[in-house]
Amino acid sequence: MTANVYQLTAKEKRFIGWHFIVAVAALSIGSLFGPFQAMEHAGWDFYEKFLNPIFHSYYEGLTLHGVLNALIWTTFFITGFMTFLMIYGLKRPLRYPKLNALGFWMMVVGLVIASIPILLNEASVLYTFYPPMKAHWAFYVGVTLVVVGSWIEGYGFYLTYYKWRKENPKTRTPIIAFMALVTMVMWQIATLGAAAELLVDLIPWSLGLRQGLDPQLDRTYFWWTGHPLVYFWLLPAYISWYAFLPRQAGGKLFSDSLARFSFWLFLLLSVPVGFHHQYVDPGVPEGWKMVHSLLTYSVFFPSMITAFTVVASLENAGRARGGKGLLGWIAKLPWNDPSVLAQLLAGILYFFGGIGGLINASYNINLVVHNTSWVPGHFHLTVSTAVTLTFMGILYWMVPYLTGKELWCKKCAVIQVWLWFIGMTIFSNAMHVVGLLGAPRRTPLGQAPYIPEEWAGHLLRVGIGGFILLISVYLFIAIMIGSLVTKKKLSEELEPPVADSLLDPQTTPRWLDHWAPWLIGATILLIIAYGPQLIYQIGTAQFTSPGFRVW
Amino acid sequence: MANKHESMHIDPYEKTWIIVSILMLIVFFGAVTVAGLSFGVRVPDPVQRVNPNDLAASGTFAEPGLKEVAPKRYEAYIVAQTWSFNPREIQVPAGSIVKFYVTSKDVQHGFKLQNTNVNMQIVPGQVSSLAVKFDKPGEYDFICTEYCGIGHAAMYGKVIVVP
Repeated sequence: MTANVYQLTAKEKRFIGWHFIVAVAALSIGSLFGPFQAMEHAGWDFYEKFLNPIFHSYYEGLTLHGVLNALIWTTFFITGFMTFLMIYGLKRPLRYPKLNALGFWMMVVGLVIASIPILLNEASVLYTFYPPMKAHWAFYVGVTLVVVGSWIEGYGFYLTYYKWRKENPKTRTPIIAFMALVTMVMWQIATLGAAAELLVDLIPWSLGLRQGLDPQLDRTYFWWTGHPLVYFWLLPAYISWYAFLPRQAGGKLFSDSLARFSFWLFLLLSVPVGFHHQYVDPGVPEGWKMVHSLLTYSVFFPSMITAFTVVASLENAGRARGGKGLLGWIAKLPWNDPSVLAQLLAGILYFFGGIGGLINASYNINLVVHNTSWVPGHFHLTVSTAVTLTFMGILYWMVPYLTGKELWCKKCAVIQVWLWFIGMTIFSNAMHVVGLLGAPRRTPLGQAPYIPEEWAGHLLRVGIGGFILLISVYLFIAIMIGSLVTKKKLSEELEPPVADSLLDPQTTPRWLDHWAPWLIGATILLIIAYGPQLIYQIGTAQFTSPGFRVW
Repeated sequence: MANKHESMHIDPYEKTWIIVSILMLIVFFGAVTVAGLSFGVRVPDPVQRVNPNDLAASGTFAEPGLKEVAPKRYEAYIVAQTWSFNPREIQVPAGSIVKFYVTSKDVQHGFKLQNTNVNMQIVPGQVSSLAVKFDKPGEYDFICTEYCGIGHAAMYGKVIVVP
């Protein structure tokens, strides 16, 4: 794969780079508030002492943390990364670069429009925006523009792929472009729920064009999107683990066919699982909760395939580097490379995140953990570590690749990654434990009157973990800024570390490169899993809830 | 290139892993199903629709509180509102079975009865219901577990189980 490499133009690199700049800027503000929440739990309330009146409350901070980190950092990083995967994977420029630019700028405009009401404390409704809490209309409009902008970037990818397919009718789609496309298609199916909620309900309602809403129906719309959102975050991390990490570690992708097969399963199974966030909702029948529980178990399966293939690829790398014995290959992996280290540690914590996820999916076991701090404890292992730490690891090679300059302070990057791992281990474990004891999520526990004495030690650990994470995230941002302004040029242009497969991808079965059966399958599964309940909930909806501003 | 043998190339270890993964998921799903159907660890099921703006008209929530339906069997009607539960406190003798019916007057709330399996999302327009048996005397807090506004952290109530 040397002669046939398409080198990205400076303009393309800049376009991708702007995605990352917005993403990291969002992270730098959003991440400020997470540790403030954590430290509040430990009894150190910065909101009262320092942040007032610029940031008005714990909940304004929590809204910023959720929106900027979970929605903005992720979406901008992912669309930027996908742009790279499409161009470099298909070895051709985007078909309509202006269309993609339009999508990007729409996302930026949406971000600005949504940020204003949040910063003015007019939208402290958290990123789940459960009605009948009512935010300023600009918040809903801004979020909508971000989503629609990401769709438009997706249309740009589809048109590019279509053109490539015409020119290369017999070739297997290069795996990185294939995986980016599956992720984008899944995202576009997944966001239909939030689109319905925003366009039909929240925006007209916040503008005064609709009197009341049915909050149960809006929960169903939201969670149509809310869980596959998790896979929109995770799949780009999986792409890096499948298609980059093996090469970075010095090996090859273990199984091209199973890697593709797992992505098709994600397309099929990521969306029809939303009721597992609604196990304790009053308006969804038990039987349908059971159906979604079974489907959620099914979507665990492609993650199990991923775990095997990724670890097998790493073993392949470790042995290629001279590792011997049953586990000797582990020590031979390049643990001193910050990009590899970030992904390895992300994978280790994701093992525990996966187990926790299976517990959350387990129907009646959800009674123990629903809306307790166990849940944020869980998703800080998944989106905030498996995903975020992997994205940081990607940026550790991607930024030098895009700028042609050295990564500033590689040692700092290694320290940053370890601090994240240590801080998150302390924070997340304490959140899980105190959640099992009954602590609610989304609650300034420092003020709650019902906190028993025995929680104090765990809440202290929450605060300590949060503090370590604060140091880690700002070290990361310093490295990013340092790498942008450094004058040290790379001696030769960096080649993106795309892994070869152990076997020629052309020997991967043809049915793994056909879209129609999988798209039809995904649609049928959605109709089965959601159709009857959507018809029933819309048919019996009572639009009796006016809006409330309760913060 | 094109005439090379196409196949999934599944490694023997990987095949074992796949089979074990599927079996594991089947066993887990079986376990939660048995817990739900045989041991009665149930999740809420739709009960009734109400108008959150006019709860008195629904009948059952006109006067929230505890109703004895048989010896040691109670129904508790509780209204969640920003930022308190009505009633805040109920008292039952040990060994009682209490079925909770909870609804909201305004925004969404949560109802988690500590150290029991009662944990419900409270959604305006709907009634959430689960039952629990109180064997041991003591105090059981029920706390709001969904963000419901600036006073959310202070929103809780209590079941006092007397000997």
